[in-house]
Amino acid sequence: MTNNRLLPYLLIAPATVFLVLLFVVPLVQTIALAFMDNGVASLTNFRKMAGDLNFGLSIGNTFLLVLAVIPLQICMALVMAMMIQKMDKGRDLVLWIWIIPLGISDLAAGLVWLAILQDRGYVNTVLNMLGLVDGPVNWLSYEAPVSLFVGVVLAEVWRATAIVLVILVAGLQLIPKEYGEAAEIFGAGPWTRFRKITLPLLKPSIQSALILRTVLAFEVFAVVYALSGRNFPVLVGEAYAWQHVNQNNGVAAVYAILVMAISLAATVIYIRALRTPPEMQP
Amino acid sequence: MSGIRIDAIEKRFGAARALEQLTLDVEDGEFLALLGPSGCGKTTLLRIIAGLETQTSGRIFIGGRDVSALPPRERGLAMVFQNYAVFPHMTVYENVAFGLRMKGATAAEVNKQVERAAGLLHIEPYLERYPAKLSGGQRQRVAVARALAVQPAVLLMDEPLSNLDALLRLEMRSELKSVLNSSGTTTVYVTHDQTEAMGLADRIAVMHQGVIEQIDRPQALYERPATRFVGGFVGSPPMNFIDMPVKAGLARLGDFTNPVSTGRDTITAGIRAEDIAVVERGGLPFDVMVCEPLGATLLLTGRVAGQLARVAVRPDAVVAPGDRLNLEPSPGRIVWIDPANGKAIGQAA
Ligand SMILES: Nc1ncnc2c1ncn2[C@@H]1O[C@H](COP(=O)(O)OP(=O)(O)OP(=O)(O)O)[C@@H](O)[C@H]1O
Ligand SMILES: [Mg+2]
Repeated sequence: MTNNRLLPYLLIAPATVFLVLLFVVPLVQTIALAFMDNGVASLTNFRKMAGDLNFGLSIGNTFLLVLAVIPLQICMALVMAMMIQKMDKGRDLVLWIWIIPLGISDLAAGLVWLAILQDRGYVNTVLNMLGLVDGPVNWLSYEAPVSLFVGVVLAEVWRATAIVLVILVAGLQLIPKEYGEAAEIFGAGPWTRFRKITLPLLKPSIQSALILRTVLAFEVFAVVYALSGRNFPVLVGEAYAWQHVNQNNGVAAVYAILVMAISLAATVIYIRALRTPPEMQP
Repeated sequence: MSGIRIDAIEKRFGAARALEQLTLDVEDGEFLALLGPSGCGKTTLLRIIAGLETQTSGRIFIGGRDVSALPPRERGLAMVFQNYAVFPHMTVYENVAFGLRMKGATAAEVNKQVERAAGLLHIEPYLERYPAKLSGGQRQRVAVARALAVQPAVLLMDEPLSNLDALLRLEMRSELKSVLNSSGTTTVYVTHDQTEAMGLADRIAVMHQGVIEQIDRPQALYERPATRFVGGFVGSPPMNFIDMPVKAGLARLGDFTNPVSTGRDTITAGIRAEDIAVVERGGLPFDVMVCEPLGATLLLTGRVAGQLARVAVRPDAVVAPGDRLNLEPSPGRIVWIDPANGKAIGQAA
């Protein structure tokens, strides 16, 4: 009897210990680091962060990136998922090809796009051959913020749309085809069916994809770093720079907490805004 | 004008054949029941008429128009799905209103038709609820209301009352019949419940393994089944099938004889349980095994020369298991069946 009651706790104990050691402890330490200066509680680190030239820039850039990348990825993944859903033959092959970028690390993805976009990269070679530019153009420089931004967006979209696609394809497969068929019988065309049936029923999957992608997008770093160094400052990049370049782990901790707070806020907003009441679930 | 013509429809799923060269005419305003056991292809046929499934070959006409290649929404029909397909993210009201909204009906028109359909199906109390909070039978009625609300010229229903309790089913059945009758809706009604088919339909098409075995008015189907399968499937209890040896054009079993026209040396007599009289002597010897009082009749199950048979006698008859009775089937009502192919003799089927 006692054994039975203890068993569930015993079974979750290893996972709990693991989480406490590797997540809760570092979290508490990070918070402590952020609010301490030479062993006394203070907001010095926050002031240092706010006073830094790159602070505003990195916030702006990160949000801009999230706002550009996430909607693009959701739309693209939706279109791709709907296309796959309509396929009969070769479906698995296409899906497999589309999700290849999932297996590539973000740093590697950044380097791939660096090879494409740098001075002597593929883009410039092709443009040169077509006679559209003379000599190499520096797309990724500090003086060309728009093309730098576009480059980063392209790389992020290429790298991380696949995970959204996988989530949406799984979600679509859970929707019984009879709903779409019934709508079609009663006169709904393809677009109406998509808007009135598919999209509402796919909402839980879209919510999961949004949360996952947004949290990861606020943590964007390696792709940006590979393409631009610090020419395009982002939040996690600044944390990295304060930690390793400026050797100030207090300010780095403040950045880390800021990113976490933003991610949490985004998650809460998504959960609230895209809530599906239990009675509306199939 | 909205009759349905099904012209040599064939449907294969890979190597498996679900429908074989099926031809069927449903007249304008007719109520046709598709009756058959599970897996015989009823749903498949309905989905092909609706355009949700593509036939392997053959054509479908609705109101004289070839709709074989048209998408479902251009075929001008409504459908009740076997598994309801009631939209989970819409209230009952919005579900019932769906077809009307798609047609661009005015708010007043939507309201009027939803109220009418909801009233017919007794679902007014649930109009503001979501389907997840309804029972299976309530959901099924929402599906029927959604189809009735658009007042379709052609209505396809796939076992629309299967989940209702016996009393409600009886009530819904008669309401459906009167509503569809007065609106002149051409209806194809799938069921595997033969009493439902008998009660509702102008004509019944009995399906078996992807072919239509017989199509006729309910009473004719009951009295003159074209095949052994139809006789066994239509009517409760099912028809009795008693094999009799044939000698010199005469079928003989016990003291019962009857002239038959067959070249074979055995013939199967298809006899309804109520077409048998109990006589003093002669006739078929019947050993009673079970007595079931059904209220209006007393149903006896037993054996005639080792073959299972059921007989309906007057409810006040004094019979006990173990008794031996003498049975006299009324000769004019016997359906003679060729045991080799299961087809009735002397009928074009
Ligand atoms: N999508 C499909 N793929 C392969 N086989 C199918 C498919 N749909 C139906 N079948 C087969 O076709 C045959 C007819 O199926 P159908 O659903 O039409 O039967 P039904 O008469 O409606 O049965 P029930 O009374 O159980 O609903 C069955 O043998 C079934 O296995
Ligand atoms: Mg079926």
